Amino acid sequence: MIENQGRRIGDNSDPAPYDFGGAWQPSEIELTRRVARRKRNQRNALIAAGSSAVVIGSLIVVLVTSPGWIALRDTFFKWAYGVEILPKILLGFTTNMTLTVIAGSSVAIIGLMIALIRTSRTPALTPFRFLAMIYVDVFRGIPMLLVILLIGFGVPALQLKGVTNNVLVLGTIAVIITYSAYVAEVIRSGILTIHPSQRAAARSLGLSHFQTLRFVVLPQAIKRVTPPLLNDLVALIKDTGLISILGVTDAVRAAQIQTAKTFNYTPYVMAACVFLAVTIPLTRATDRMLRRTLERQNAQGQA
Amino acid sequence: MSTPVLRVEKLRKTFGSEIVLQDISFTVPEHTATVFIGASGSGKSTLLRCINLLDQIDDGVIKLDDHDISGADIDPDEVRKKLGMVFQSFNLFPHMTVLENITLAPTKVQKVKNEAAIHEAFELLDRFGLKEKADQYPDRLSGGQQQRVAIIRSIARHPRLLLLDEITSALDPVLVNEVLSTVRDLKGEGMTMVLATHEMGFAKQVANEVCYLHAGRILEWGAPTAILEDPKHPETREFIKRVHEAGRL
Repeated sequence: MIENQGRRIGDNSDPAPYDFGGAWQPSEIELTRRVARRKRNQRNALIAAGSSAVVIGSLIVVLVTSPGWIALRDTFFKWAYGVEILPKILLGFTTNMTLTVIAGSSVAIIGLMIALIRTSRTPALTPFRFLAMIYVDVFRGIPMLLVILLIGFGVPALQLKGVTNNVLVLGTIAVIITYSAYVAEVIRSGILTIHPSQRAAARSLGLSHFQTLRFVVLPQAIKRVTPPLLNDLVALIKDTGLISILGVTDAVRAAQIQTAKTFNYTPYVMAACVFLAVTIPLTRATDRMLRRTLERQNAQGQA
Repeated sequence: MSTPVLRVEKLRKTFGSEIVLQDISFTVPEHTATVFIGASGSGKSTLLRCINLLDQIDDGVIKLDDHDISGADIDPDEVRKKLGMVFQSFNLFPHMTVLENITLAPTKVQKVKNEAAIHEAFELLDRFGLKEKADQYPDRLSGGQQQRVAIIRSIARHPRLLLLDEITSALDPVLVNEVLSTVRDLKGEGMTMVLATHEMGFAKQVANEVCYLHAGRILEWGAPTAILEDPKHPETREFIKRVHEAGRL
């Protein structure tokens, strides 16, 4: 409003009246606003820093002044010992990473297939739709630890010929079965959010049902659910630690072995740090991607 | 007279107990445009969706080039290869560039070679002044530009018949004109079209025949001047009067 008043056509000496970007100088009122804004920002930054110092400082004080602090520090945070056993934990952690890669890629494929079956309408797939629904309901409803125990100890007990007794393989299968159920639901929800008008447009261009799915629906759906899928990847990385219950020497098991030797819990803390070193960057990346997706959607207004 | 491109006979469409269209009969000869006018909810969009087999009809016959496309054994994908449809809400694919939007159907459905499809897409974009937008994503385009891309996407497949469903309703008045002039160009090139529109002035310019749709029936039809300037039916007269009052004629 204020700028407009200063730019009435009559008193405009500018040779190009529509070049609003020309010789513009901020007005008095704008300059006062800027000063006020800068002051407010400075004050906000000060408040944020002050409150952080108070909260974090008092947490540290409570921890350090507690009666058991010295004993706890020696059992959980003996850094020299931690550094000494770190290679063993890292060696175990390679098992977690291998498992993540194998399970992650299998889950992506199986989860996608189940999502497609559940969203299909072909009459021939009706029994599979029903089975897929039961599968998802069951494996999302059982704690993964139980699935690992049931498969890891149950399958060898059956003494089937030609079926492996390798607990690492069985544990991986248990992880894949559980996570595929979760991922299938994430992808399915993504498919369902694509507006029917996109399908209508694709079909009216002559694309078949499959082509519509392949070129129009899935690319948009997958893009939309990438942040929640990355979330599941982070969860998968740390949940691979659960197969240590079967005796697989992963990072968690390696820490447990060390702890059992010395009755010092520092290896657990070290194992936790190793997991965090991978999961925190991934979580941050997911956050950033989610924020960008939201910004893009809001900028578009409507799809 | 040669066979019309489209012949609709006694079409009926219901949603549950609600009758949306009944007794709809009309023909669209080659190189002509038939325009459907009528209030919102009069069944215009449903009619176009029925012709495109996006909605299933409950009675009647639809013939494309004298070939029944409403039969039970018809493959809708085959029929839709011969039809083009443009929607009120553009419905461009947001994850594809303008060029990819246009070449998708020719390469995947008509199996045209990639280079040939791209070449033709550029020709069309150039003709409608959108060449420099080829590599942009739809959300970077204005509504009018998006709708013109949607029209190009539709005609790049060389349809026998183009269905335009209120293609200017989501646009502001300035952008409406650029879209309408695109349609006028297509008409001039001999494209056969069926349109549903609220733009009466435009209807007068491009239509060979105007049909006034009221509560699911064609109440009155004829030359555009006859329907828009001298309607016989009281309902039509009332509708045209209201359009006049709204300043849209």
